Amino acid sequence: MSTDPIIRVENVSFAYQLNQDQQVPVLQNVSLEVFPGEYVAIIGHNGSGKSTLSKHLNGILTPKEGDVFVNGINTRDKARIHEVRSRVGMVFQHPDNQIVATIVEDDVAFGLENIGTAEEEMKERIDFALEAVGMSAFRHRPPHHLSGGQKQRIAIAGILAMKPQCLVLDEATSMLDSYGRQDILAVVRKLHSEGMTIVTVTHHMSEVAEADRVIVMEGGKIVLQGTPREVFSHQERLQELHLDVPDASRVAALVHTEYPAFSPDLIHNEEVVAEVNRVYGRRAEASGS
Amino acid sequence: MTQNNPMVSVKNLSHVYMQGTPLQHRALDEVNLEVAEGECLAIIGHTGSGKSTLIQHFNGLIRPQSGSVIINGLDVSQPKLDIRTLRRQVGLVFQNPEDQLFEKLVGDDVAYGPFKMGLPLEEVRRRVHWAMELVGLSFQEMKDRPTFALSGGQKRKVALAGVLSLQPKVLVLDEPTAGLDPRSRKELLERIRTLNREEKLTVIFVSHNMEEVAQLADRVYVMANGKAVLDGTPRQIFGNQELLREHHIGTPESVHILYRLREEGYEIDPGAYLPEETALEILKLIKR
Repeated sequence: MSTDPIIRVENVSFAYQLNQDQQVPVLQNVSLEVFPGEYVAIIGHNGSGKSTLSKHLNGILTPKEGDVFVNGINTRDKARIHEVRSRVGMVFQHPDNQIVATIVEDDVAFGLENIGTAEEEMKERIDFALEAVGMSAFRHRPPHHLSGGQKQRIAIAGILAMKPQCLVLDEATSMLDSYGRQDILAVVRKLHSEGMTIVTVTHHMSEVAEADRVIVMEGGKIVLQGTPREVFSHQERLQELHLDVPDASRVAALVHTEYPAFSPDLIHNEEVVAEVNRVYGRRAEASGS
Repeated sequence: MTQNNPMVSVKNLSHVYMQGTPLQHRALDEVNLEVAEGECLAIIGHTGSGKSTLIQHFNGLIRPQSGSVIINGLDVSQPKLDIRTLRRQVGLVFQNPEDQLFEKLVGDDVAYGPFKMGLPLEEVRRRVHWAMELVGLSFQEMKDRPTFALSGGQKRKVALAGVLSLQPKVLVLDEPTAGLDPRSRKELLERIRTLNREEKLTVIFVSHNMEEVAQLADRVYVMANGKAVLDGTPRQIFGNQELLREHHIGTPESVHILYRLREEGYEIDPGAYLPEETALEILKLIKR
């Protein structure tokens, strides 16, 4: 891991102004660094500040107090906001709100046209982006006939075409069915393995289990942080925060209560299968001898 | 089966969009469905399978082109049917209903329907009180709150209360918990379940979230290409991997574990679709 973070959030506070004298504090003195190649998941219930935090990562929102730097550029610097956004791209929750054109390739080209990319280069980048999300075959189709998952892949392609270093997904899978979600996760996994930095805001704990680091938000602050395994081992604390754990963790914990030799410390489905094999095998050995 | 008349009865229902044009598309193809009073039915299927077209028939947003839809004795294909009578029987909650709140204050938004029905003010107030408490919004605390200052989950409850204030016999929900956080999701599901079990409200919901289907539905109706391809209990549906694969239907996370264990050669019931049941299945294996 390189020593220079891609994103540095320093003592950021933010509040929404209700009227002249009333404001709702959303972020309170949050600090966070995201390093190149990292896969970070941010979780927390609605109103915990996680979405507001993610909108600070590419300058959609700027802090009331504190600073956010993207590759050393302060997101308050309006003159350089395009540079910030070309490095950190964002995918949102609703597929339909992110589609602007009537043909898939035009939609992917939208950002490139805005920055005046030459035609030859534009074509190359669209090829690359559609290929990366597995949607090349849909290039000349109208996007409104696509499924939610396919639309989200087009939205991701539009961002990839800008060649960002970091992709921020703000509940990008929450409106999708399990197949659509699996498609998006496969794309994200591939991009990450090729070196892309990923920040994902999600309610799906099986998605969180794939990250390198999990950040738990509550009341506008970071209250828990660590690897998925560390974070999911705090089942009671998470319950207090009204957050789930992956089904695999729940199943393992339930089995463990009745059968202590079964490890409670599992987060992936495959780990549960392996643990059953281990316990079952050992027992079979014991009864055989 | 000898039974009272079903609450919802759909017979040979077909629907074609853009009929007579090159874009003609058959959304429903001879659909048959009966829903008994007090039942909780999940309709699942891929994008374009026809589920939205089907539920829009239930409150007369779409009238049958061929075949029939009868709701609690009301024939939706009758041109003379007073649509308002139908809509008092069937409350339809759209996807992201929170986008459709339009009054400034919570209480006014919930009151809109009963008020338009011309009910006396006292009755309107009584119903708003009833509906808000039913979805878990305190009438005293919340009625004068501005709707814009609510969280997504709260807004969705307001929208649901607005539909319930009409005291429908059938509640139809399109993706009731999509986009909500785990807490709001769990709370809303519990509310809907209470409405179904205690108020005997007939509930029909469209969902692509299989955890939600597993927790809520008595029966699952699976659609593909405008037709029903499966109809059964969650246990029957989730226990049949071949059919699920064939129709691209997902399963709850814990069911993946069961299927994988079965692949490993363990004797296991893949119909045990809740995490608690999955744990019991594993315990049966390792304690045996």
